[in-house]
Amino acid sequence: MKYLDEFRDPSLAKKLIATITAEASDKRSYRLMEFCGGHTHAIFRYGLHQVLPKNIELIHGPGCPVCVLPIARLDQAISYARQDDILFCSFGDMLRVPGSQQQSLLRAKSEGANIHIIASATDTLTIAEQHPEKKVLFFAIGFETTTPPTAHIIQQAAERNLNNLLVYNNHVLTPPAIRAILDTQETINVDALIGPAHVSTIIGTEPYNQLCKDFNRPIVITGFEPLDILQGILMLVRQLNDQRANVENQYSRAVYTEGNKKALTFMEEVFELRETFEWRGLGQIPHSALKIKPRYKKHDAEKQLKPTTTRAKENKACACGDVLRGIIKPNECKIYATVCTPDNPLGACMVSSEGACAAHYQYDQPNV
Amino acid sequence: MSNIKRNVINSAKSNVVEMAHGNGGRAMAEFIDTLFIAAFNNGQLNQKTDASCFHTQQGRMVMTTDGHVISPLFFPGGNIGSLSIHGTINDIAMMGALPRYISCGFILEESYPLSDLSDIVLAMAKAAKEANVEIITGDTKVVEKGKADGVFITTTGIGELASGINISPQHIHAGDKIIVNGSLGDHGISILAQRNTLGFETSLQSDSASLSDLVQTILASFSTELHCLRDPTRGGLAATLNELAQQSKLGFSLDEDAIPIKDEVDAACELLGLDPLYIANEGKFVAFCSAYAANDILSLIKQHPLGKEAAIIGEVTHDPRYLVELTTPYGGKRIVHWRYDDQLPRIC
Amino acid sequence: MCLAIPALIENHLDNQCALANIGGIKKTISLALVDNINIGDYVIVHTGFAISKLDPSEAEKTLKLIAEMTSSADA
Repeated sequence: MKYLDEFRDPSLAKKLIATITAEASDKRSYRLMEFCGGHTHAIFRYGLHQVLPKNIELIHGPGCPVCVLPIARLDQAISYARQDDILFCSFGDMLRVPGSQQQSLLRAKSEGANIHIIASATDTLTIAEQHPEKKVLFFAIGFETTTPPTAHIIQQAAERNLNNLLVYNNHVLTPPAIRAILDTQETINVDALIGPAHVSTIIGTEPYNQLCKDFNRPIVITGFEPLDILQGILMLVRQLNDQRANVENQYSRAVYTEGNKKALTFMEEVFELRETFEWRGLGQIPHSALKIKPRYKKHDAEKQLKPTTTRAKENKACACGDVLRGIIKPNECKIYATVCTPDNPLGACMVSSEGACAAHYQYDQPNV
Repeated sequence: MSNIKRNVINSAKSNVVEMAHGNGGRAMAEFIDTLFIAAFNNGQLNQKTDASCFHTQQGRMVMTTDGHVISPLFFPGGNIGSLSIHGTINDIAMMGALPRYISCGFILEESYPLSDLSDIVLAMAKAAKEANVEIITGDTKVVEKGKADGVFITTTGIGELASGINISPQHIHAGDKIIVNGSLGDHGISILAQRNTLGFETSLQSDSASLSDLVQTILASFSTELHCLRDPTRGGLAATLNELAQQSKLGFSLDEDAIPIKDEVDAACELLGLDPLYIANEGKFVAFCSAYAANDILSLIKQHPLGKEAAIIGEVTHDPRYLVELTTPYGGKRIVHWRYDDQLPRIC
Repeated sequence: MCLAIPALIENHLDNQCALANIGGIKKTISLALVDNINIGDYVIVHTGFAISKLDPSEAEKTLKLIAEMTSSADA
């Protein structure tokens, strides 16, 4: 596959690993947080963390929209899905996430809820057209990469008078989340950030500048392929060695300084900031999430549907919050791989294939 | 159109399966005559007895049974009919046995098109004939519309196991090499492409095929060096290897670069966020053999039409955890876990 | 997050869509979020939408830079 294979070349990867090993000073450690769950998944999939020098520590960040969705909102989504007049559309990622009382969308589906797994937001438009008799509810999750498609289909629904299409919107924003993470420095002590790849194709490089300045930490926007990740790490090691703190763009073949203005315009036309939003494991973060603007309230599930759930109950033993903030590693959670496994996930980090716990379990060697 | 298909359509009152076709009366007798007996056509079946009689050589027999409920019923590279025969033959072949006879039970949905049913049955006849297997007995039931997904088929197969052949997980040894006869994931991805909800198209075909001839070819020269065979169907290579690791109480170490996967399977998996090691195959086996004979066995497999892309993908180790471990092209390792449930397409 | 993959644009279709080729797989994608995409361009596709146009010269530069950065490493 062009533009993938070249960035997976094992011989170049080995050279990058050797260069990183040579340049990483053994007098210090390098604590690098990969914010984005996609990076977590890739690191484990290719086994990169095992071939880096021991003094480079990769800390898994909270950039996993599945993992950070508050349990209360998942409970509400499951409750909507169970309603007879609703045809519920979701990406596959959310199906197994456990809500309160071991509920999940998959369980609701097997108990008869009308749930469709979709591959694209545009599928909801087709489904809404085909089922005028039902309310078609799109469970919208994701960071800035996934938000413009949702904005687009909301506009399309408005234009086409598809009044039965509703969106339960849970889109969240990356820079405020990074700020919230770096603000808890005393516990994590992150030296530098591996910045998200595809989020940055939308928002560009500019939003990272203030973060870089405020926290004096280098940020390298990095692609997902092995060579991208290794080059990004090398660039961070060099910045730290030189005591620099700049924003650099490793993924320059797809990320432009100004981002994707057209996509951003769509987002601005359809969404506005929520005052605050609760992130699972991170608590309330101000101005970190989006809601649908009043002019599109016809398609806003939060305006058109009554809330139907009661108080959410997070499992007491679940330590996803600490894992998401990089305070503990997955295998330091008391229930990791014992009670909480991919077969029986108690928290979101074990469900999403880019959740730190699932990635660890999936790809790392269990203890004998 | 084949004569059999034409006869079936002409002699029926309508173009579709009717309740009467399963009623035990004259409608059913004529239906069976014009379709199943005409297509499968062999001495035993033609006698139309409730059960069929056959001779065996003295020694061990092998028997297997399988239910087929695949959807869609037709896909590039085959249909539920050819799949059912290949699958049953392969289950027998994986024991090192020679498949001989198959029985077929059909559960048909009222109003299923006879034209499509004829195509399914003719495909079964072709698959059986190519493998020198006879379909010697069967059963037909019809259920009301909505109570079946068009056609369900249950097959039972019988084969003969020559003396001296011992193919089983218990015969796998540490140090054995692991060979697959070709690219993985073709069948599962070609089926996924048929489900329009995932929105992609491919020219990939199912790899559904009978492996019996290839297995017999290997056994003819390497009967003691071949230790175990299994076909990685649902759940893919990952599920099969994990089962075998548990059953043999050994570990398997794979080389990711060596595993043959077609570009299109790779691309579809990247697109949907799936791992090709968990995707179904229908014309592939994984073989465990003595290390000293592995290269020769590989050469032999590669000469066969169903083995052109064969490769040695790993070896067997002493691992008290009974795990399947994979080394990536970058020198890292990961565990290929035994999934509890199916992969779901993802966007994150 | 954000599974996204490079795709080659093979044809323009109605409704701001295009036929894309991803390693031999064909997929209809939306170009609603990008501008100035021509046949032969590569785009990054996420959930059926092109989100960015891939710059081949930057791709080449990145590979060259990697080679330079690692020039003192043994193979």
